[in-house]
Amino acid sequence: MDLDFDVIELPEPNHPTSGETAPTFERPLVNDEYWEDTKLAALTEDGPVVLVFHPMDGAFPATYIWNELRDREFDAYDATVVGLSISTPYEHKSFIEDRNLAETGFQFFSDPPNEVANQYGIENDLGGMAGIEEPRPAVFVIDGDRTVQYAWAAREHPEFPDYDELQENVERLTEDE
Amino acid sequence: MTEPPITVYRLQACPFCERAIRKLEEYDIEYTSRFVEPLHSKRNVVKRESGVRTVPVIVDENTSVTMAESANIVDYLEKTYGKETETDAVTAEHPITEES
Repeated sequence: MDLDFDVIELPEPNHPTSGETAPTFERPLVNDEYWEDTKLAALTEDGPVVLVFHPMDGAFPATYIWNELRDREFDAYDATVVGLSISTPYEHKSFIEDRNLAETGFQFFSDPPNEVANQYGIENDLGGMAGIEEPRPAVFVIDGDRTVQYAWAAREHPEFPDYDELQENVERLTEDE
Repeated sequence: MTEPPITVYRLQACPFCERAIRKLEEYDIEYTSRFVEPLHSKRNVVKRESGVRTVPVIVDENTSVTMAESANIVDYLEKTYGKETETDAVTAEHPITEES
């Protein structure tokens, strides 16, 4: 998008990069029917994971990102695709329904205190919403050993993942295994 | 990481569910909690598992038992996992007419 004014730049992220271990965490993981406390490490035991941090479920970037991943059929890969935002499990359930994601099997971690984004060094202190911070958009492609194979985090507010690049990395990883 | 063999479908703030959970905690039994929504119409998973839409529902892979109704669940847990205890003080309880 070309705008004739400056967009907001975010502070340098400090996230794990390719080759480093993705920190594990445990949070309620929401699917279209229920939620259950789940560890990232339990998901990677089953194979590659695409971990997508996104703004609150009601914000437009959340809609853009998940519509795109749905339309690009990320559910077809041999990988577990999970989102994470500060939205509650109830909001995640509505989001899955509203965005027609039930069929995809995409699941969503709920982290209202935003601790996981801080653990990953990608927090975004929202202006004009007192007391609320959330993850900036960020994507981690993580292999079955919990090693990061691809990492991207937004530097501007808003900024979206390079979906082609993401897709190439997911393909490379899932074809290897 | 292996999942505990017992899964409980439950609803936040549901006293019937807490009653079943309390019994599991009392016996120090590991279990997985799966939270569902308040609307019965959004509980297809519970219906598939148990045939009903009320919670709690317990799924026990140790015994292949799936059961609804908190009173029945408590009974079941006592008989299956309880030490030989004296009969519980059921007199103090209201008859259960409806689960959440």
